[in-house]
Amino acid sequence: MGLLKEHDLGTPAKPGTATVTVEIDGIPVSVPEGTSVMRAAAQSGTDIPKLCATDSLDAFGSCRLCLVEIDGRKGTPASCTTPVADGMKIRTQTPRLEKLRQGVMELYISDHPLDCLTCAANGDCELQDMSGVVGLRQVRYGYEGENHLDAPKDTSNPYFDFDASKCIVCSRCVRACGEVQGTFALTIEGRGFDSKVSPGAGESFMDSECVSCGACVQACPTATLQEKSVVDLGMPTRTVLTTCAYCGVGCSFKAELRGDELVRMVPHKDGGANEGHSCVKGRFAFGYATHPDRQLNPMIRERITDEWREVDWETAIAYVAERFRDIQGRHGTGSIGGITSSRCTNEEVYVVQKMVRAAFGNNNVDTCARVCHSPTGYGLKQTFGTSAGTQDFRSVGEADVIMVIGANPTDGHPVFASRMKRRLREGAKLIVVDPRRIDLVRSPHIEAQHHLQLAPGTNVAIVNALAHVVVTEGLADESFVDQRCEDFGAWADFIAQPENSPEATESITGVPAEQVRAAARLYATGGNAAIYYGLGVTEHSQGSTMVMGMANLAMATGNIGREGVGVNPLRGQNNVQGSCDMGSFPHELSGYRHVSDEAVREVFEKLWERPILPEPGLRIPNMFDAAVDGTFRGLFVQGEDIAQSDPNTQHVTSALSSMELVVVQDLFLNETAKFAHVFLPGTSFLEKDGTFTNAERRINRVRPVMAPKTGKDEWRVACEIAQAMGYDMDYQHPREIMAEIASVTPTFAGVSFDKLDKLGSVQWPCNDAAPEGTPVMHVDGFVRGKGRFVQTPFVATRERSTRKYPLILTTGRILSQYNVGAQTRRTANVAWHPEDVLEIHPHDAEVRGIADGDEVTLTSRVGTTTLRALIADRMPVGVVYTTFHHPVTGANVVTTENSDWATNCPEYKVTAVQVGLRTAASAAAVERDEEPAWAD
Amino acid sequence: MGGLNGEHAVHSPQIRMANDIAVQFQHLPPEQAAEAIAAHIRMFWDPRMKAELRRLVTTDADDLDPLALAATHLL
Repeated sequence: MGLLKEHDLGTPAKPGTATVTVEIDGIPVSVPEGTSVMRAAAQSGTDIPKLCATDSLDAFGSCRLCLVEIDGRKGTPASCTTPVADGMKIRTQTPRLEKLRQGVMELYISDHPLDCLTCAANGDCELQDMSGVVGLRQVRYGYEGENHLDAPKDTSNPYFDFDASKCIVCSRCVRACGEVQGTFALTIEGRGFDSKVSPGAGESFMDSECVSCGACVQACPTATLQEKSVVDLGMPTRTVLTTCAYCGVGCSFKAELRGDELVRMVPHKDGGANEGHSCVKGRFAFGYATHPDRQLNPMIRERITDEWREVDWETAIAYVAERFRDIQGRHGTGSIGGITSSRCTNEEVYVVQKMVRAAFGNNNVDTCARVCHSPTGYGLKQTFGTSAGTQDFRSVGEADVIMVIGANPTDGHPVFASRMKRRLREGAKLIVVDPRRIDLVRSPHIEAQHHLQLAPGTNVAIVNALAHVVVTEGLADESFVDQRCEDFGAWADFIAQPENSPEATESITGVPAEQVRAAARLYATGGNAAIYYGLGVTEHSQGSTMVMGMANLAMATGNIGREGVGVNPLRGQNNVQGSCDMGSFPHELSGYRHVSDEAVREVFEKLWERPILPEPGLRIPNMFDAAVDGTFRGLFVQGEDIAQSDPNTQHVTSALSSMELVVVQDLFLNETAKFAHVFLPGTSFLEKDGTFTNAERRINRVRPVMAPKTGKDEWRVACEIAQAMGYDMDYQHPREIMAEIASVTPTFAGVSFDKLDKLGSVQWPCNDAAPEGTPVMHVDGFVRGKGRFVQTPFVATRERSTRKYPLILTTGRILSQYNVGAQTRRTANVAWHPEDVLEIHPHDAEVRGIADGDEVTLTSRVGTTTLRALIADRMPVGVVYTTFHHPVTGANVVTTENSDWATNCPEYKVTAVQVGLRTAASAAAVERDEEPAWAD
Repeated sequence: MGGLNGEHAVHSPQIRMANDIAVQFQHLPPEQAAEAIAAHIRMFWDPRMKAELRRLVTTDADDLDPLALAATHLL
């Protein structure tokens, strides 16, 4: 396609069913009540000239270009701020309006550099367009008067420039920063002629609170805010619609190219997940795809101490197949397995799990969701019947109470956070359950009603206490429970026990009982209440229990099955949902159906012409244990850096070192590749053709922007390995893989590339019962029939602070970086996060003699690492926090083998540690692989 | 409310995991708990892990939570 430019209707749509009919330039138009005259005109095919209006922002009425005449009304009202009224007769083009508009444009142009021919926005400038539209032929004021043409240019941001000389002070950037992004970093400074856009209090963009989401750049009608890539490469000429490869929000983007060169990524207004918004990662941090660090050719080596040897694909695939078969011949069918990636498409994941089950002949396939949201799979299946968030993202706009538990959406899921913040600014109430005072607790125009700042590892005690209040204070929705749920009575008896009361759990959680009671009352009685949660829920020894606890709470209060409510996992990587859906877990085939189900196995066995084993295979941590034991000898790792991302690095590397064959398929020679015998180059999202499924079950198309730089589609690699191992697995196009997925997976039965191309996206279940998908689940009944209450006793983790390790370490991510940083570290995003730091409370720092910026040693019972301290009063005393975006920091050197009891999801969020100032002696001790002396 | 053993004794992964599962079901009557633990292990453990747990019962039974031990006999 050529360059896709969405039609800008000027003002946002107004919801509602009541319509009014007006006449615009003699043409009758019916629109929803409350629609602006500007939007009504645009919908009828008449674009009224405008500059300060755009349909992503509320009407502002400042530019005076969109004036119209309305019968019976005096003057010339602004069409953007004037709502339609039944029977209204509007004229958009009259000699008077023409003259007025020309006069307005004359004023703008008299203070604008007339460098259109050399301007980066030439051809994509609304000021330029409007000059033409209004028929501007002269500027009677001349160009010599006082002006802003010497205003300084701010080039501090790595991705865009701010050229104040081109600014028309329409405030679109300021309003986008507030209304769309919710950061309020920009303001209009000064008055009258001195008015100017300013980041913060006269700071540069880089020094301000700007989060580089790009909303201001998107909103700017001129070249004032312009991507550096457009300045450097020129205006793009064609668009490919695709999906972001970062977090679980799964934003739709227009990849805009000039020839075959990607110029910029622009959020797609019609994208269901993001509706035109973006964050710094998806919008700007795509440079890793063409980074010189990418390894583009296959490589093999006999031993991990040997040098890599580049080979052609045929040789590499034959080598992999031969060695896998050799291992199986000597150590049995179950001695090899594979790990799928949440960064790969559904189609790529599906073929890898098929390769394992059909060609390897076992169920030793797992996915990286093991270490993030596997407890979601277990917990929601036990209670609701399937592993999926209940709502679409849009649903948060109907929530009256929002409970955020163990998630930091402004950093981890920023585009969804912007939706959530908008709803909070509209008046929804907020409860935050988190050991840290995350930004959401208090940010511009938002303040949580309750911040339950619990001790790490006590989630279940808190959720039980909340439910205790609901049950014992008579706040349960008995009608919902009676009609829709089962096992309520036994659960209610359990939860009403005194040991679950806020008063009894206060000594465990550290949260005052009255705060818990108040939060529970708000959740139960405040209207539509929605729970959003992240890895702060799942990555615990009771991660699965906590998921069930939240489901209990939602069911008990009737907050399931309609818009504005629900239990919603915020997935870490973009295709966590999809990789789980595709049958990546060792105990489940696609669609979350257990391998012990004979009828389900038969479907696959018939199609694949191979038997499927009826018992589960190894999960990732079990693979590591079995590798150390010597029963697991070969591993295929698709797009995942387990040596950096998985806990207890020493154990992981011992396991990898024990194996005879480790095959890594990735963009870069990552940490895991140090232990690999074969490296198969992977493709970036810009080269992929397939689908991703985001956290709201939305299946989006990923379309190739460029040909695979490796010379081979990633899905073909698994197929060719399978073929080389003697199993015929062949597809001509990923659409055929999706067709197979649809044929064997009831929840995907109605999904096809054709439908996705037609509708843009669909949310599963998508089948005959719901041909266009299912935005909200469990509306008339739960997937399992009745929602099931599960008793969730609190069991304290074995990981506790001690005299030797008196602090608790918890981990997470920050806005500018993603996961192990393999992608974002290879972009200009490092400007915001050049290294991982350790956040520590001022008191904990002071007693250890640690100052802000000092290098400190972080030690747990399994390992030691060093990083720089950041003194932060948002940390509670006794808790420290870091990220794992940089391999040099090795945060997972210190995390332990503890895991969720049900799923073995690692307990990343609770590690007992000691922190000390890094001295020459402690550094030497670390070098010798000893604990520093202070640890005693 | 119970708690996992705070000691970080070096057990085999199977014993550690079985004990972790067992403590989650200690609120149930023992027979029911043992069945629930066994059912969980059947649903999620690879055959070699189950075999190893059964083997460990003969050598390291003292390290197993009594409920986990009872569950192992049901596998």
